[in-house]
Amino acid sequence: MSADRRPLSPHLQIYKPQLTSVLSISHRATGVGLAAGLLLLTWWLLAAAAGPDSFAVVQDFLGSWLGYLILFGFSYALMFHLCNGVRHLFWDAGWGFELDTVYKSGWAVVIASVALTVLAWAIAIVSA
Amino acid sequence: MAGKTMQSMRNPLARVRGLGSAKEGVHHWWAQRLTAIALVPLTIWFVISIAGLAGVDHAGAVAWIGSAPVAVLLVLLIAAVYWHAQLGVQVVIEDYVHNEAVKLTALIALKFAAIALGVASIFAVLRLAFGG
Ligand code: HEM
Repeated sequence: MSADRRPLSPHLQIYKPQLTSVLSISHRATGVGLAAGLLLLTWWLLAAAAGPDSFAVVQDFLGSWLGYLILFGFSYALMFHLCNGVRHLFWDAGWGFELDTVYKSGWAVVIASVALTVLAWAIAIVSA
Repeated sequence: MAGKTMQSMRNPLARVRGLGSAKEGVHHWWAQRLTAIALVPLTIWFVISIAGLAGVDHAGAVAWIGSAPVAVLLVLLIAAVYWHAQLGVQVVIEDYVHNEAVKLTALIALKFAAIALGVASIFAVLRLAFGG
């Protein structure tokens, strides 16, 4: 095959985004974001063990607008990655490869991740 | 019997079993799935619990973290999530970083950071559990 007739992989700038491709890259993006967010969990635990003063610093940060923004982003990323991760596990088991099932499970992930995030914040608001 | 055909089916498999990255790669894949399965119940439990703790003061957080079932679940969560996260980020680094020296440095930093932060987190939980 001559060099100019080789098949090309999707050229991302002109590749029309589809539910499947968007969810696929979002799984990776949320995975990396969540990994960075683990720093917050570790900080929170270390501060709790260190004492009331250190703990107050973390709680103040989490209660700021930036803290809420991070917590909200983290919670949605986690719910999305969780739901889509379960979808991945079903694929690994050999289930759900038919094209219409792939789209149905994809929309289910979108809806379930939004619903679970709303649920988590509803619990937080009621408890606060 | 087409002896020649049988041989051509056997030999590549016999050879490939001793080649390639099939062992290390499978182990990585399996550990990523195993930790993902463990994380399904652990994250659901954690998110519900932490949402219920919104606005908690220090004494309340310490009492929660240090109580027996919570401390055990937190240690399991920390181990599973740091293991899963570093396996995942490793793949991302391998996919996007092409300079061998930079890649190796990034992978070493990733593994050291994951172990250090994971152990520090577990230590904090145990310290509260044993009332240190
Ligand atoms: C805070 C928690 C989590 C973090 C930090 C995290 C992080 C990551 C990262 C960085 C990746 C690599 C993404 C890639 O290679 O493109 C990944 C992949 C994966 N995660 Fe998670 N994850 C978390 C929770 C979960 C949960 C709860 C599940 C539940 C099912 C899950 C299931 C998966 C699966 C199945 C993959 C492999 C996807 C693939 O084959 O491309 N993860 N995760």
